[in-house]
Amino acid sequence: MSPSVPLQEMIRAIRSARTQCEERGVIQRECATIRAQFRQADNEGRSHNLAKLLYVHMLGYPAHFGQMECVRMIASPRYSEKRVGYLGAMMLLDEKQDASLLITNSIKNDLANSNQYVQSLALCTLACMGSAEMCRDLAPEINRLLRASNSYIKKKAALCAVHIVRKVQDLGELFAPSARCLLTEKNHGVLHGAVVLITELCECNPESLERFRKTVPDLVQIMKGLVISGYSPDHDVAGISDPFLQVRKCEIMKLILTKIDTNAFNLIYVFTIQVATNTDSTKTVGNAVLYETVLTVLDIKSESGLRVLAVNILGRFLLNNDRNIRYIAMISLQKIVGTDHNAVQRHRGTIVDCLKDQDASVKRRALELSLALVSASNIRSMMKELLSFLSSCPPELRSQTASGIFIAAERYAPSQRWHIDTILHVLTTAGGDVRDETVPNLIQLITNTSELHCYTVHKLYRALHNDISQQPLVQVACWCIGEYGDLLLRGECQEMEPVQVTEDDVLDVLEAVLQSHMSSPSTRGFALTATMKLSTRITENVDRIRSIVSIYGSCIDVELQQRAVEYNALFKKYDHMRYSTEWLGQRFLVFVCSTFSAGLSPPICGFPQVCDLLDLLGGSEPPLQSSPALGSTAPLPVGTAGTAGGDLLDLLGGLEPTAIMTVLLSVFSVAPTVSVYDKDGVTVTLSCEKQSDSGLSITLTASNSTDSDIRGFTLQAAVPKVCISASNKILAVHLKSSFSFQVNLKMRLRISYTSQGSAVQDTVQVDSFPGLGH
Amino acid sequence: MRFLLLFSRQGKLRLQKWFTPLTDREKKKVIRDMMMLVLARPARSCNFLQWRDLKIVYKRWYASLYFCAGLEDHDNELLALEVLHRYVELLDKYFGNVCELDIIFNFEKAYFILDEFLMEGEILETSKVAVGVSLEEADTLQEGEAKEAWRPLSAGAC
Repeated sequence: MSPSVPLQEMIRAIRSARTQCEERGVIQRECATIRAQFRQADNEGRSHNLAKLLYVHMLGYPAHFGQMECVRMIASPRYSEKRVGYLGAMMLLDEKQDASLLITNSIKNDLANSNQYVQSLALCTLACMGSAEMCRDLAPEINRLLRASNSYIKKKAALCAVHIVRKVQDLGELFAPSARCLLTEKNHGVLHGAVVLITELCECNPESLERFRKTVPDLVQIMKGLVISGYSPDHDVAGISDPFLQVRKCEIMKLILTKIDTNAFNLIYVFTIQVATNTDSTKTVGNAVLYETVLTVLDIKSESGLRVLAVNILGRFLLNNDRNIRYIAMISLQKIVGTDHNAVQRHRGTIVDCLKDQDASVKRRALELSLALVSASNIRSMMKELLSFLSSCPPELRSQTASGIFIAAERYAPSQRWHIDTILHVLTTAGGDVRDETVPNLIQLITNTSELHCYTVHKLYRALHNDISQQPLVQVACWCIGEYGDLLLRGECQEMEPVQVTEDDVLDVLEAVLQSHMSSPSTRGFALTATMKLSTRITENVDRIRSIVSIYGSCIDVELQQRAVEYNALFKKYDHMRYSTEWLGQRFLVFVCSTFSAGLSPPICGFPQVCDLLDLLGGSEPPLQSSPALGSTAPLPVGTAGTAGGDLLDLLGGLEPTAIMTVLLSVFSVAPTVSVYDKDGVTVTLSCEKQSDSGLSITLTASNSTDSDIRGFTLQAAVPKVCISASNKILAVHLKSSFSFQVNLKMRLRISYTSQGSAVQDTVQVDSFPGLGH
Repeated sequence: MRFLLLFSRQGKLRLQKWFTPLTDREKKKVIRDMMMLVLARPARSCNFLQWRDLKIVYKRWYASLYFCAGLEDHDNELLALEVLHRYVELLDKYFGNVCELDIIFNFEKAYFILDEFLMEGEILETSKVAVGVSLEEADTLQEGEAKEAWRPLSAGAC
């Protein structure tokens, strides 16, 4: 066909433009000419002009003024103009444009044209941009064409019918009988179109599935014919006869057989034949057909032998040199890893090797599949691989890897120490990419493994010493140092070589964190709190701590400033109590404190509370220097939501009042429930229970039997000074305390609340605890 | 198949075929995204990508021309590669040793060839020969018309 000279000249002119501005100039001039020529009624070069306009449109410039010209050209009797006109319609018009309705009539006329190429143009355009109304109008025409004698038209009509069915599902009924007839055709193009049409009909209308179920034997027959029969040069692709048709057949059989449970013997037969003939795995096309067959087998309810065969083929794909094949193998395995877990496990080695592939897509798939394959039996080896992957993986996969590792570690950790080691490793390599909830989770994990505190704090200290840029790691490390700093300073640790760490070293590190520009505000908060906690654990550098803390009293960050100010106040007011408390008591208190700073980080205040508590105590006994029990209740800088109204309840986020009481109380020996306060419908009962040989827990239950709500309920308890011999116990987050004490016999409760508008405050002393054993 | 794009290494679009209705803005966005994703891939990497909910298959031919197709979930990626390959073969057969310039200067013919091969995102004709034959006949029809248009003039000139 002779090329369009004016078009080519224009293209040349546009391409020779050196700058964007020049190009725009050329295009504007051309468009002006085109517009002028469109306005002229009769023009020889109409098709050239429209072609030029379409080129301009492809470059991205506006070309909507050509729409009417398209409509006019489609109506022209000349084939060349029709051709370009229809092309223009497909490019410039779509179903949302109003102008598209104008061509409906032209299409209708052209569908009835004697020339098959004109008909095909119309069919093509209808399939490309036909709107629902157009489809409804023209559906009968298409149906007629489906039964025409010309196979060229039939195949186009079939795909056009597919478009119509996709747009207007109800018209599927119209095409069903014609589609059935098409299956008997010899022409591959028509067959292909027929299969697509039947697939579409089955997908949108489940009833037609029944009707087409009977076609399955026919389909299998055709497949067999394709696979076994001789060489057909027309349709051959690298030795496979008509792979496109084969694949299509597979798809439709998959569709029919998943929905309807017919026996699949024929399918098995075809499948084995296909496997035998398509084993040339160097060519993509053979693999394409194999792949489709494998997918079909795995989707339908085939017997297990067949499934294993399919999975083995996928395994073979995994070993293929071609990255594409490996990629799709992994995608397919991902789909079945839930159901055929063991079968996929066999290929774990290859999949893990794919983690080291250069290609980003392959890596991603390998990662997802590896995470799905982690199980209790292979956790150690898999984790090694995953951790080495983490250190070298592309940045966009890091976050996914880290969270995958965490989930796997949590589920299958063989030992606590391994779990902590793994998490620490992740934090040191990819700390910046982990999610926020990792920090509290890790803190909880560390708390729960009491025997590893020494080890953990040493490890974290070393990690912190090396690198203070990874925020989650720094936060956890600060918390740990604050909490277990005494273990760190003691120096000995069974599990690691001892390193002498002085108080100055520790404070240096914490100060570095505080001052580093890489630390986020919440990290600084952690560090400040840790410094404060250390003030009770170290002996020599309290002044240094005090100076560090007081600096932040004038920090810009409100949160830090508030904390610093409160800590300073603690220093001033309650210094005398600093060393009077048992370690355990302190650990308990500051643990409560830090849980909230870690998890919720509300501003730490609560001095009204503390004062109240001290008053409570002060009223009955003189405060003594060495008062361990005192230490256990005050100072209690517990986080509240900032309200002063005795909201210990808020403090614990809505836990039962019973739990709150256990926070504040020392544990007594086992006693049955006894009522300690009963007035106006408000009762408080006390019960103790023995939890273990060295621990007891006490529960205070407050109940309201009045008709109205009780507001602002506060229950504070204090115990007088008592000699406590503490054992090294850690208190869980749920704040059920378990200490072992020697005899404590008294408890004073202050209960205050508002009931029916009037405030009530009472103090009750509990002297006897029935059932007190020792 | 949802769409088929051809673009050069410099980011110039050579052919676009959309099998689902999209607005102009959406089309431009898809084109931009595809160019960004595909042109950033190193050589010898996997030909498949994941983008939003579509599978993207791309292949580079003629040193600087990228063929990119967007597939739905149930489509076979390997087969899509074959489809792209078949299209290139058809172009080659039609133009005779095709190169990018052919596609630039004869873009409307590239479209015609595509329309004989794919329709509604599905393959229309699986035989190379059949596609070639129908293209030839259509061209003959067009040229026949052109000759007829000139005949009165030439008769007059004689």
